[in-house]
Amino acid sequence: MSSVPAQARVVIIGAGIVGNSMAWHLAEQGWRDILLLEKGVLPNPGGSTGHASNFIFLVDHSKEMTAFTLDSARQYRELGVYTETGGIEVARTPERMEELKRRMASALSWGIEGTRLLNPAEVKAMVPFIDESVILGAFYTPGVGIVDSLQAGTLMRQKAQDLGALTVAAGVEVTGIDVEDGRVRRVHTDGGTVEADVVVIACGVWSPRIANMAGASIPLTPAVHQMMDIGPVPRFEHTTGDVGFPIIRDMDTNMYERQHGTGFEIGSYAHRAILMDADDIPSIAASALSPTMLPFTKEDFDPQLEDSLELFPEIVGDESVGVKLAINGLLSLTPDGNPIIGETPEVKGLWSAAAIWIKEAPGIAKCLAEWMTTGRPEIDPHGSDIARFHEHHKTAQHIAARAIEGYNKTYGIVHPMEQWASNRPIRLSPAYDRQVELGAVFFEAAGWERPFWYESNRPLLDEYGDRVMPRAAEWDSRWWSPIINAEHLAMRARVGIVDLSAFTIFDVTGPGACAALERLSVNKVDVAPGRTVYTPLLNDAGGILADLTIMRLAADRFRVVTGGGMGMRDKKLFTDQLPADGSAQLHDATNQWTTIGLWGPRARDVLSSVTAADVSHAGFPFLTSKTVDIDGVRTLASRISYVGELGWEIYVPIEQGRRVWDAISEAGRPHGMAPVGIGTYAVTARLEKGYRAHGAELELDFDLVAAGMARPSVKDADFIGKAAYLRKRSEAPVAILCTLTVDDPTSSSGVKRYMLGREPVLGPDGQPLVDAKGRRSYVTSAGSGPSVGKHLLMSYLPPDRAVEGTKLLVDYFGERYPVTVAVAGATPLFDPDNSRIRS
Amino acid sequence: MRVLVCVKRVPATGGRILLTADGSDIDVRHLGFTVSPHEECAVEEAVRIIEAGGGASTVLTLGPAAAEEQLRDAMAIGIDQAVLLETDGRDWDPVAAASAIVESIRAHEATDGPYDLILFGNESADSGGFQVGIRVARALDRPCVTGVKSLLPGDGRFIARREAAAGGWESFELPLPAVVSVKEGINLPRYPSIPGRLRAKKKEIDRSTPAWQPGGLEKIVLRLPREELTAAEVIGRGPDAGPAVVDLLVRIGVVDG
Amino acid sequence: MSGGVLAIVSFAGAAPDRGSLEALALARRLAADSGADLEAVVVADASSGRAAAALLGSSRVATAIIVQHDRLTVDHPDGWAAAIGQVVKARTPAAVVGAGTERGNDLLARVAADLGLPMAANCVVIEPGDRYRLTRQRWAGSLLEDCWLDAPIRLMTVAPNTVAVDEAIAGATPTVEVVDVVLTERDLALHVASREAPERGKVSLADAKVVIGGGRGVGSTEGFGDLEELAGLLGGAVGGSRVVTSAGWRPHADQIGQTGLRIAPDIYIACGISGAIQHIVGCKAAKHILAINSDPEAPIMSVADYAVIGDLHAIVPAISAEIRRRAAARA
Repeated sequence: MSSVPAQARVVIIGAGIVGNSMAWHLAEQGWRDILLLEKGVLPNPGGSTGHASNFIFLVDHSKEMTAFTLDSARQYRELGVYTETGGIEVARTPERMEELKRRMASALSWGIEGTRLLNPAEVKAMVPFIDESVILGAFYTPGVGIVDSLQAGTLMRQKAQDLGALTVAAGVEVTGIDVEDGRVRRVHTDGGTVEADVVVIACGVWSPRIANMAGASIPLTPAVHQMMDIGPVPRFEHTTGDVGFPIIRDMDTNMYERQHGTGFEIGSYAHRAILMDADDIPSIAASALSPTMLPFTKEDFDPQLEDSLELFPEIVGDESVGVKLAINGLLSLTPDGNPIIGETPEVKGLWSAAAIWIKEAPGIAKCLAEWMTTGRPEIDPHGSDIARFHEHHKTAQHIAARAIEGYNKTYGIVHPMEQWASNRPIRLSPAYDRQVELGAVFFEAAGWERPFWYESNRPLLDEYGDRVMPRAAEWDSRWWSPIINAEHLAMRARVGIVDLSAFTIFDVTGPGACAALERLSVNKVDVAPGRTVYTPLLNDAGGILADLTIMRLAADRFRVVTGGGMGMRDKKLFTDQLPADGSAQLHDATNQWTTIGLWGPRARDVLSSVTAADVSHAGFPFLTSKTVDIDGVRTLASRISYVGELGWEIYVPIEQGRRVWDAISEAGRPHGMAPVGIGTYAVTARLEKGYRAHGAELELDFDLVAAGMARPSVKDADFIGKAAYLRKRSEAPVAILCTLTVDDPTSSSGVKRYMLGREPVLGPDGQPLVDAKGRRSYVTSAGSGPSVGKHLLMSYLPPDRAVEGTKLLVDYFGERYPVTVAVAGATPLFDPDNSRIRS
Repeated sequence: MRVLVCVKRVPATGGRILLTADGSDIDVRHLGFTVSPHEECAVEEAVRIIEAGGGASTVLTLGPAAAEEQLRDAMAIGIDQAVLLETDGRDWDPVAAASAIVESIRAHEATDGPYDLILFGNESADSGGFQVGIRVARALDRPCVTGVKSLLPGDGRFIARREAAAGGWESFELPLPAVVSVKEGINLPRYPSIPGRLRAKKKEIDRSTPAWQPGGLEKIVLRLPREELTAAEVIGRGPDAGPAVVDLLVRIGVVDG
Repeated sequence: MSGGVLAIVSFAGAAPDRGSLEALALARRLAADSGADLEAVVVADASSGRAAAALLGSSRVATAIIVQHDRLTVDHPDGWAAAIGQVVKARTPAAVVGAGTERGNDLLARVAADLGLPMAANCVVIEPGDRYRLTRQRWAGSLLEDCWLDAPIRLMTVAPNTVAVDEAIAGATPTVEVVDVVLTERDLALHVASREAPERGKVSLADAKVVIGGGRGVGSTEGFGDLEELAGLLGGAVGGSRVVTSAGWRPHADQIGQTGLRIAPDIYIACGISGAIQHIVGCKAAKHILAINSDPEAPIMSVADYAVIGDLHAIVPAISAEIRRRAAARA
């Protein structure tokens, strides 16, 4: 057992691929006095790194995960531990062949070179031991490879040690973490106690246990992934390296197969999800192989053996080839499938680097190190941010339910809008029962059940006919209904009521509140009470962190409203900026208020019929809020719009929410009011108005100038990112966010196809568009524009293409569709002068 | 040739064995199950004998229903048939275990003819009683050799070779039918192939449920021995350590002074 | 009924072998605890039995029993089982204690089977009583079991290396009794038909007295050349960890560990092996372990008796050179 030094700037717990990568990147970012703790032995301490299959497939539909993976592959190459083998994802079904076309598109969007679709004969030529009659085709990525993750870890530790930055203490187990005044202070181990400013939990499947020691939560669950190593394979007998053939992913059976020296490795994500508790993982000493290599449960794997035998009869069917090793290997699963990184919301200075696989570890470590040291990660990690979790996400029941549901989707064909089925419903609007009566189809956001459309509006389809832009292709119409577009048209024609309970709402109060918010917000917050401010939030580099609205309710009282999805993350951004002197407080009011949206040309008629308050344009101007009594309920109404219509968000005490919902519904009846779902609110109406959404158009790697959100003047007060923002304003933009219309959605088979987002935008010659920073143009958002009669897309384009009228192409399932730049910049396509909002 | 091989399901333990809180048993929550290395070799030997000389092989175990796994493992590498003497999971003392096995063998031999050779592992991995094979042999009045590391078929007999107590080897001529307890090293057991596993999965298992009998040996509790912590004595660094290493080898007696 | 404690004693040359001395020691303690006489039955050919029996006084044996049968030799396992069975039946001791060696367990198991008595192998502690309370080894000593032994005559062997051998008493002589036994052809049928002296030359990994193991640190197939050379000089064999057999650097049969061979050489020299548990279980039965590793913190160090720190590709050739140098100096 080693003993630990008395002090360190940062303690990294866990020396798997993640902890080693963190040590190296923190050292590279200039930190010194780094202590890496490991309870096992090096180089293979017994965690998931030690039994990983170590291959890296590059193409993922997620931009964030692909960026992490590409950066990781680059780093592994530079370390000299990457063997490029190529990777082949085979299709056994027509549906999978379509999915592979979608992967081709993602490769184009994220700039992965050389991918192509293969026919069975081409697969056979590359992998002579496959039975190509079983497959219909395949997707080939030449840059796929295998990494020696243990060697990579050793090299990274060595590099950090060469810089004099790193002390490694192996054989040391963490026994406690002290937190004082909300900050991490010291780490207790069986080799002594170390004082530390910062602690990074990089303990893989043990992370929840370590986080609990500090009172923080890392919501992941250890889960079993079955792997088998068979051999020796006669064909590989004279292999000198590790692998000489492309790695195969048998997507439809949720399996992978690869050469491993003279052996052949078979892995599966097809078996039932087998979860464990982090506290229940055996110790190193008590393990037969290692704590994360549990006894193989044969019966779970048998069906997969049949699948593997079918695809590789020469190897798997060889009587001389034996099962050398078969394990239930532990890996980490999270409720949404994404990693868990960032500073924990519970404890300052305590960072999570968990649920990270080999393929993304060095990339994520670099991002985290940048985040920790400068606050400016190059890749936007918001999808992996630990602060994204709401409280219910952290319960064992939720983690288990979603992990089980997600596990078999590892290689699944997952629709971009696909909804989770398990552990629902969690959070219910006060009008939920009413919405159920109206046949609402609920999508989940931050645990809330949100009506995406209402079946009760089906009769509107007759009213609007083909204006609802019906979709014939099953994929395009999955998780979609033409009723969405009918609701859209009804709202634009008359009025709609929208349930917005999923908003995250927090009040920032106190004498220091204004100054604290001013420092965070690009736009001026120090406005007259009663005014509402829409503002982006930036990081130091001018990248976009968030966008939200702030209502000034009184001199020392502000209400911040943001989307539910990133609500907890946004809350942490504010909490982190609260003054140390306690002159401002943040109170999460999400569960106190429900929000009802009321928009459309007749919105004023409806509202005025349920309140005595002055709701005239002069009496209740745009971007103001005031108290409005509705049917005996005191509400706060805010005149604002995300849909481009006259109307209000009405904040109602949650227990009185249904009363107000009922009152407005009743009042709307004579005006032909329709309940309107989020399909209209967040997609169609938004796109027609060119409103940008966080996570789609607004990310760290874009700035306000590119997004078309720069305003003519910049406030005097300082704010985070101001210098960068001012600099960008003085430079020519690298890309410009545009709205595009699809000229003709008709495919070669005559079916109209409608993009859903993330598709590559190509020049008329079919070549990718690349901006000066090397970024490809892709569709950031897509959806119907029923009022403009076009399918709408948004995309950042290089300035020379960001010219209205420019003809371009979009790749969708392997076909190219003509599109036109309709708007370069932020001007709405629908009602460009915003007369409806301001009427 | 008909060969029977008897195995026992035991947990595949790690570096340190954990006990249940009451010490009544090994904590097997995180452990897989296997048979002892000697028995793995016995199974392999049975398969090889039949592969070489023809005939049929059977694997037998006395154990809980879950011991079906060990029977299928044996069939996966080539054993033809399996017999499960199913227990309720209680320990059987060696006398009782041998008697249940003998009863089963007698019943099977009565219908299918005698087993020419009955193989055991030298001792079980867990209780290490060193006696079930011998008890079965004596009950069936067949010759028995233990510790066997080489088994060569001859004319109606086997030459069974084992290490002599004083070094070197001693051989027995075993007329058939006979009982042999083999030791690891007699062969290198093969890994099961995937076709073998899939075939084994579909095979029938002959099941019966012998009644538990008390024996003269009765477990009270299990305990862990006190651990010895050692630290290696560093006898040198780098190539300069050559003489120190050779001195050590001389002291141990593996190289001449 | 004698009610004594009967030890079974076999000989290595003129003296009782170590296993028998251990059996004698535990049997003497048992006899003392239960107030019984210590008796011993001598497993030796009749010709040397008398001389052997005379030596047992130094082990505090009161009565030494010599079995007399003109065809019985140490090469007859069933013959000795029958002979001792007859002695036990005639004398009805309270307990019989034998060595927990391969042969000792084999012999007492045969006796137990013949007499229809239970037997407890590898005992560490024996507490007499109506039922005997025993502590015995399980899992090759990784675990201890407390158990009851309930039988009219208690048959037990002693776990090797767990009992201190008594110091010899000078000058004491036991009463020697010579017993005739009746053996059938069946009792004498099983016998050692031939013997071979220990082999010279190429040794198998399983039987080698010296094993050189290589791990990830060896680096390549070619890297094993240094290990082969040293093994050749020591008359040993070369094996490896799972990493090296999986990588194809060594044939599969050379794997030492949980999924490969378990070895028990006089010395295991682990070169560039970090010491993962699954490897350790394959080599921990070695009498001595010498680790050659560049990492002084490697887990193999907590298992090894001796260590040399540094690059194995420098150290192993240096050992070979030193062996050659000394051989040349002798010659």
